[in-house]
Amino acid sequence: MSIRTITFDAIVVGGGGAGMRASLQMAQSGFKTALISKVFPTRSHTVSAQGGITCAIASADPNDDWRWHMYDTVKGSDYIGDQDAIEYMCNVGPEAVFELDHMGLPFSRTEEGRIYQRPFGGQSKNFGEGGQAARTCAAADRTGHALLHTLYQQNLKNGTQFYNEWYASELVKDDEGNVCGVIAIDIESGETVFFKAKATVFATGGAGRIYASTTNALINTGDGVGMALRAGLPVQDIEMWQFHPTGIAGAGTLVTEGCRGEGGYLINKDGERFMERYAPNAKDLASRDVVARSMMMEILDGRGAGPDGDHVFLKLDHLGEEVLHSRLPGICELAITFAQTDPVKEPIPVVPTCHYMMGGIPTNVHGQAIKLSGGHEGEEQFVNGLFAVGEVACVSVHGANRLGGNSLLDLVVFGRAAGLYIEDQLRQGMTQYEPTDANIDEAMARLRRWDESTSGESIPALRKELQSVMQNHFGVFRKGDLMAEGVAKLADLRERIGKAHLDDKSKPFNTARIEALELENLLEVAEATAIAAEGRTESRGAHSRYDFPDRDDENWLCHSIFDPKAKKLGKRDVNFKPKTVDTFQPKARTY
Amino acid sequence: MKVSIYRYNPETDREPSMKEYEVDTQGKDLMVLDILALVKEQDSSMSYRRSCREGVCGSDGMNINGKNGLACITPLSQVAPGVLEGKKPLILRPLPGLPVIRDLVVDMGMFYNQYEKVQPFLQNTSPAPAIERLQTPEDRAKLDGLYECILCACCSTSCPSFWWNPDKFLGPAALLQSYRFLADSRDTATEERLSKLDDPFSLFRCHGIMNCVSVCPKGLNPTRAIGHIRSMLLERGI
Repeated sequence: MSIRTITFDAIVVGGGGAGMRASLQMAQSGFKTALISKVFPTRSHTVSAQGGITCAIASADPNDDWRWHMYDTVKGSDYIGDQDAIEYMCNVGPEAVFELDHMGLPFSRTEEGRIYQRPFGGQSKNFGEGGQAARTCAAADRTGHALLHTLYQQNLKNGTQFYNEWYASELVKDDEGNVCGVIAIDIESGETVFFKAKATVFATGGAGRIYASTTNALINTGDGVGMALRAGLPVQDIEMWQFHPTGIAGAGTLVTEGCRGEGGYLINKDGERFMERYAPNAKDLASRDVVARSMMMEILDGRGAGPDGDHVFLKLDHLGEEVLHSRLPGICELAITFAQTDPVKEPIPVVPTCHYMMGGIPTNVHGQAIKLSGGHEGEEQFVNGLFAVGEVACVSVHGANRLGGNSLLDLVVFGRAAGLYIEDQLRQGMTQYEPTDANIDEAMARLRRWDESTSGESIPALRKELQSVMQNHFGVFRKGDLMAEGVAKLADLRERIGKAHLDDKSKPFNTARIEALELENLLEVAEATAIAAEGRTESRGAHSRYDFPDRDDENWLCHSIFDPKAKKLGKRDVNFKPKTVDTFQPKARTY
Repeated sequence: MKVSIYRYNPETDREPSMKEYEVDTQGKDLMVLDILALVKEQDSSMSYRRSCREGVCGSDGMNINGKNGLACITPLSQVAPGVLEGKKPLILRPLPGLPVIRDLVVDMGMFYNQYEKVQPFLQNTSPAPAIERLQTPEDRAKLDGLYECILCACCSTSCPSFWWNPDKFLGPAALLQSYRFLADSRDTATEERLSKLDDPFSLFRCHGIMNCVSVCPKGLNPTRAIGHIRSMLLERGI
């Protein structure tokens, strides 16, 4: 099997915030770097981030301290975030955010000319003792858009080589399992190419499209997780899915937590501000898992609004037109477009909606991918040649529940960190692992499978079925027997997707082929999620079980590790050893 | 309802054609993007771009019953009278003026080239401070209506001046971005930026037709930005 080979020192797969922050670092280093993205980079999902980037830059509060941010993040993670990684993120954060300003990101400003910061959920001063903090740096409610465009502009300036609208379909490994690069398809021409590199960086984002209702872009199909799992590599804490409290009911589009940061609040059908009952201190700014569960309990107890009683409301009109139009202009647009509701006049119908994948490919702070010698158990080893940053990675800074505004910080801090580390490694001389023709041929197998398919079920129907299984069996509240049923349904879907049919086999801009390949990635993520969710017999963070309603620190104060080969769930230690501060010990988590 | 879609696959078609589809909307006021998804379920070979499905990524700019817009935030009721009711067809074509790769997918190369020509990145030669570069809320407000551009190309591909000179006239999107940096108090390359625009084509081919303003899905006003640059060029010339 001979296909064209393109060789680089490093390749980055994914053109969102994490990928472009990594590629920018490497482009500045002068090493030969390419960024492969299935969409033009500014179409990546980072563009949809609204409220901001949380970081202790001490603008809103001159005494703010990154250690307070660290405390909040550890608590928010329900204590399975790695404390060394969280320490690194919160400590390096200000430098990374100031760099973004220097690059031109149009942050909103305070009267002093500094970056505007707004309150977000789960934020506190003085290690939870000093009341609500305002730590989320914002560009109105379009922070992700501003960040993504700024990073793209800087990559243009620094000469990053882009392969836009190229789709990475599979990892290429040598016989020892070292990563040699990826197979990618030029979507425009249909040509398939082997990208060979010493370092392959996955920055492929999340996979919210495994659920029927999600805030995620249509492109969030878990391509990196899918490739890793097919390559036999493990994923960590993949059962941990964040349901954002405020997706617009029906449409799923995101309404930023910044709305509640600016003073908005949730009401049930009776107009009651119900969060006061569930989180008496933080109220509507409790962390997302807490707010999402509270909303679902209101709905399940019959206090939901609408003909089917299936949503609650986000009230904003009391903030006044001026605040709404200056601080939350994008939300006003989205509410009018997708809920036919003008928030200046009436509340927005909202419902918890799948938003973020806390789990992913386990890495260290340099982005190096980690596996265990025995699949789901054994000693930790690096996956040579493979790195992961951003949502696809599990460093883990988010643990069982991510705090709002921490994803953008995660992207820039760890995209940058991976870039710096790879640059250093390349200088010292990194190995280029060489695949055999058989290795490449193996990585091409699933492309061939689709091209040779002659009959079978259609791709959109199978995708819908998968999404509804995840929605109905692995939602905000979970239960053992229901999840077991879901696992069985996914096994059946795996069988059927393996025999599904691609009816259009043409080459130029064939999006049906891409959707077929994406469907297989959705399946990998869904199955890993299902098995891990069934296996974690406790409730922690976003993972909430009727049959195991309590946190079980004795057995589950750890990461889960899903091994795709044996389909087994193992455990991995959480890091409780930050370098410069004392360990934050697990305690009861209340807001 | 009836949907008529521009089809062209360079592998099999000698020339483009319009293909008719029948879609059941159950009377709902769906977005044009939802209709495309329903058509794709019937005919997987019909290609289009899409990503965020909420009007912020700029992937699905297309010509909808004669007017450029984003499929994901254009409800049927806003396309034209009678479309929602099924009395008139929904007619979808690729953005005009750019080469078609396949179906509704155009080659955006020329559009991106013009964007890159304006050096769309902050330039400041003074050493960066240890914190952010300070900017007053008033100075920051000058970027509103500029930085929100999503590069969907609806404006430039509705501009007759861009149709005629897509290589020499920068077009409304690129000029809006040019002004975004000219207006930024943190940028110090004003003179260099202006001198690059001071020729008969780059900017001065704008004839104030204002199609760009009428189609911009984000409600931005490239014509006004172009006017500001004109004023800066004039002041500089005095």
